Parts: sequence; C-alpha cells; structure tokens
Amino acid sequence: MTESILKVENVSLAFGGVKALTDVSFEVPRGSVFSIIGPNGAGKTSMLNCISGRYQPNSGNVIFNDKIVTDLRPNDRADLGMGRTFQNLALFGHMSVLDNIMVGRHHLLKNNWLTGPLYWASPAQKEELAHRRYCEEIIDFLEISHIRKSVAGTLSYGLRKRVELARAMALKPQLILLDEPMAGMNLEEKEDMARYILDLNEEFGITVVMIEHDMGVVMDISHQVMVLDFGKKLMSGLPDEVMADPHVKRAYLGIEDDEEETVKEAS
Amino acid sequence: MSSLSMRPCGDFRTSYKQDTTIFETNTIRWVTIFTIIALCFAPLVVDGYFITLLIQISYLGIAALGLNILVGYTGQISLGHGAFFGFGAFASAWLNTSLHIPVFLCIPLAGFLTMGVGMMFGAPAARIKGLYLAIATLASQFIIEDFFARAEWFSGGAAGSMADPVSLFGFAFDTDQSFYYVALFSLVFMFIWGCNLMRSRDGRAFVAVRDHYLSAEIMGVKLNKYRLLSFGISSFYAGIGGALYAHYLGYVSAEGFTIMMSIQFLAMIIIGGLGSIKGTLMGVIFMVFLPEVLESGVGVMKMTDWGNIPMVVDGLAYIKEMAIGLVIIGFLIFEPEGLAHRWTQIKNYWKFYPFAY
Repeated sequence: MTESILKVENVSLAFGGVKALTDVSFEVPRGSVFSIIGPNGAGKTSMLNCISGRYQPNSGNVIFNDKIVTDLRPNDRADLGMGRTFQNLALFGHMSVLDNIMVGRHHLLKNNWLTGPLYWASPAQKEELAHRRYCEEIIDFLEISHIRKSVAGTLSYGLRKRVELARAMALKPQLILLDEPMAGMNLEEKEDMARYILDLNEEFGITVVMIEHDMGVVMDISHQVMVLDFGKKLMSGLPDEVMADPHVKRAYLGIEDDEEETVKEAS
Repeated sequence: MSSLSMRPCGDFRTSYKQDTTIFETNTIRWVTIFTIIALCFAPLVVDGYFITLLIQISYLGIAALGLNILVGYTGQISLGHGAFFGFGAFASAWLNTSLHIPVFLCIPLAGFLTMGVGMMFGAPAARIKGLYLAIATLASQFIIEDFFARAEWFSGGAAGSMADPVSLFGFAFDTDQSFYYVALFSLVFMFIWGCNLMRSRDGRAFVAVRDHYLSAEIMGVKLNKYRLLSFGISSFYAGIGGALYAHYLGYVSAEGFTIMMSIQFLAMIIIGGLGSIKGTLMGVIFMVFLPEVLESGVGVMKMTDWGNIPMVVDGLAYIKEMAIGLVIIGFLIFEPEGLAHRWTQIKNYWKFYPFAY
C-alpha cells in the first residue's frame, strides 16, 4: 500500500468570496479505505466534486494514476476508472435498477445508435448480454437481486443507496468516491453497507474515498482519515491518531465528550 | 407497486436473453405478430378510405416516435418537428427528381439529410434547456418554413414539388393498397429499430440524461453528444415519415408543415404517453381516428332534430374542432401520463381481479 492511486496537490476552490477549499493536499494509497471527515460546510463534498470533475479547482492539481485529470470532464474520468455516488440520491428514477446498473457499463459497451438497433444482426446482443452477466454479479454481491426489475425511484432510501453503489461499481472503477454512503440509514443497513465497502475494497480491490459522519464506522473501517475544517486540511493519519488529536476533538468531535464514537453530526 | 410485472406465475426466465426481450410475455409477442399479419390482409377486407387512414397512421407514427425519443426519452423539447417532417418530404422528392436516385433509396437518404439538419438546429440543445430550448426550436420551425418558401431549387417554391411513387424492381407502389405495404413495413421496421435502440447502450444513455444529467455524466455519458444525437435521431425519424408522406401523396407543398403540425406531433406523444413506444402508436391512432369519430358523430347529429337548427349546422365544423381540443385537455387533466399508462393500469386491474389489492 505504498503507491498512491490519487494525489491531490494544493487544491483551492472558491465560489466568489467563499473559500470552499484552501490549499488541500493529500494522497490516497492504492487499495486503501480513505475517509474524509469534518463538520458540515467543511468542504468535504466540494473536495469530492473536484476529484470527480464536477467542479474545476481554481488552483492545484488532481492526479489520478499518475495522470493529471484536473481539467478532464467527468465522463472522461469514468473511462479512466473513477466512480462515485452522491450524497443526495442521484439515481435515474424512472429506470429499472438493472438499467441503472447497465448505464454504469456505458463506457465499456461498444454498440451505438446504429449497431444497437440492429440488435440481432450486430454484436450488440452478445455484448449486452455479457455485460448483463457482469451486472448480475454486482447485484448478487450487493444482495439486491429481489429488486432488479423495480423502478429505481420507488425504492426505499437504504436500497437506493445500495443501487447507487452498484451503479458506481458497474463502471469497473479502480477508485470509488462515496459521499455519505450511510446517511439516513438505520443500524442494520449501516452494518450492511460497512460490510459492502470492506468487501469491495478487499475482494474487488477498489480503492475507496469516503465521506462519512458516523465516527464509529469511519474509525472501524478506514485505513486513513483526513479531517477538513473550514476548507482547510486539519490533519490526516491513522484513525487512532486522528481521534487522539486535540484539534480534531475541538473542531469536530466535541472536546468535552469522553465517548467520541457516540458523537455524531447533528444532521 | 414497484416490482409489479405482467409476467404470469410460473413464467421463469432461465437465460439473460429471455430476460431482455422486447415483449414482456409470449402472449404479447404473438398477439403483436398476429396483428401485423392481420394488418397485411387489411386491403382485402376494409375499404380504401380506411387504408388511407392506416397509411396516415404509419407515416405520422414514425415521425411521432422520433419526437418521443427526443421529448419522452431524452427530456428535450422540440417545437420544430413538423418542419423536419416537411424537410424529409422535400428532401426525398428533391433527391428523386433532381438527382434521379431511386425512390426506395431516397427515403433513407432523406432521413439522413434531415438528421444532419436536425443536428444543426439541435446544437444549441447541448447548452440550453426547458423553455429556452423550446423557443430555440421554434426558431428552427420558422427558419425551415422560410427555407421551403425561398429555396425554389429545393422545394419548388410556392408551386411545390412532385414526388414519384415508390418502385422496387419495376413494381410501382402507386395505389393506396400497394403503398400501404410500404408504409406498414416502414412502420414496423422503424418501431423495431426504436425498441432495440431503447434497450441498448445509447437508449439507456438518453434516459440517463433525462433522469439525472449530472450523474449520467459521472457514469461516463457524454452529455453534449447524447443531447445532439437525440435531436439527430428524432429528425431522422421525422425525415423518414416525411419522405413516406411525399411519395404517398406524390406532391409536396410547404403549406402543411407549419407549427400546427409540430404541435400536433407533441399532442400525439403526450396523449399516447411520453417515454413509451407503444404509447406513441396509441397516441397517433387516437389523433388520426378522433376526427373521424367526431365526423360520424356529426353525421348522426344531422339526422336528428339538431340538424334543422341553422346555428348548429353552420357551426358543425367548429364544434368538431372544439371537441378535439376538449378531448386533449381532458386527457391532460385525467390521464397526464398517457394512454400507455392507462393501458398498464387496466392490465394491473385484471391481474389482481377479483382481489383489488
């Protein structure tokens, strides 16, 4: 775990006078689970948006697999092997779960508007079925086989989060960005999700960058934790080190509380 | 109910191929095939006027499906579809008379030409959305209409242009009965094309762009490409529909391709169901038959005492127009998701009959 898959170098982002990120640098080792924590408005999601390409940082570089991707469109980053999920659900509401996941295969499929409609007379059918097979593996892995034909918009919150993870996995990413994968879930769903994150990290070898507010989960499953506060990097390191740091305690965890793992974000 | 499907009990799929068919059940497939075969015999059974209506349904249906791919599936809007339909008609006639290309080649070529024009006018679509896009496409409607009036080399100007009937291996499809087969074949072909498009990569990308364009982009879908391509495919369908129309009538003039036609196409897909292929056809059938039904209603009215009141007799034409408007408004209020949705609900009702839940 020495080589880094993602390097963020001195990234700054400002919206007018509001400085969302100031000079943030960090490295994510290949194959690790890397968590970003911090209070609300600390710039965690902005950081993720800079990595995934929704925002262009004002200065600094994002380097993915030794390639500078700062100015690439988000769709080009998908080709390079970067997937993500969103904090507020962003599924394709009127599509079936299966089609949602198949959209994740978009950049790997080759049929187009001419060969696709010639379904039987072109390689399209064979290709679609092969990718369908791969999607089924993801469906099995995330245990959503019972809803594969359901319309995504009708599912419960926890299931939608899981489908979103499935969709991101279908990209066959090397790096997956998870924006609050456990927000709004009950304990059981959280435990499931934590297990999926660990499994996709260990079995599929996908590097995970995760924003999460549930300290218990973050401290349990992360290899490294970075703390952001007011757009600045407070510190990063092993979970235990971060927990012990007095600045972090003051900024985020609450200095007077002895049992840190019970302290959660109010939202 | 989210996971409700129309599959009967015991219909288990054992391969992915079985699970990706166009038709949900074998029954639906066989009913469709049987209907198409039955339609092949229609000229032997029904009178000529009915055949003209079926031909009308075919070319309008092809064009409406194009609009549904754009509006219903990709979530864009176009108020210039009638003009693209007209462009296809003129393009095919022009290719045929000026370049002497055989008609059966002219029709697809006209489709591709219209596709090019559509993508040109659709280019702003990559940048603007919603009402602004509607106005931009409205401009395309008027620009193309103006082009028809001025470009005499292309459209024959005010005089219009002639189009030869479709002929294949020396056989001319110059009667209603014979052209009907061309129209039917084109309809079936283009609808299969549409079905297959929507179950392959690019069709899914269209829906993804419609439902959540930001996450579509994260999933690797090039937004600009697919918005533009959707315009292209929609114009392609309009062009094919228009070309069939031209070679059916044998004569094209610019008067028909106004904003009214564009709105009529929009009405068809809204009534039929946005984002539904079978809904498109339902909407077109509805819109083609509605005036006929009203016409016969007027005929019945004339036989009663109402027929003696001068105001009613003079106003019958207007009453008919108003009735069409009323029906459309009624649809928007009571079944905004279209005939296709109503059809699904009817099927769901019978699936659970006699248990309501």
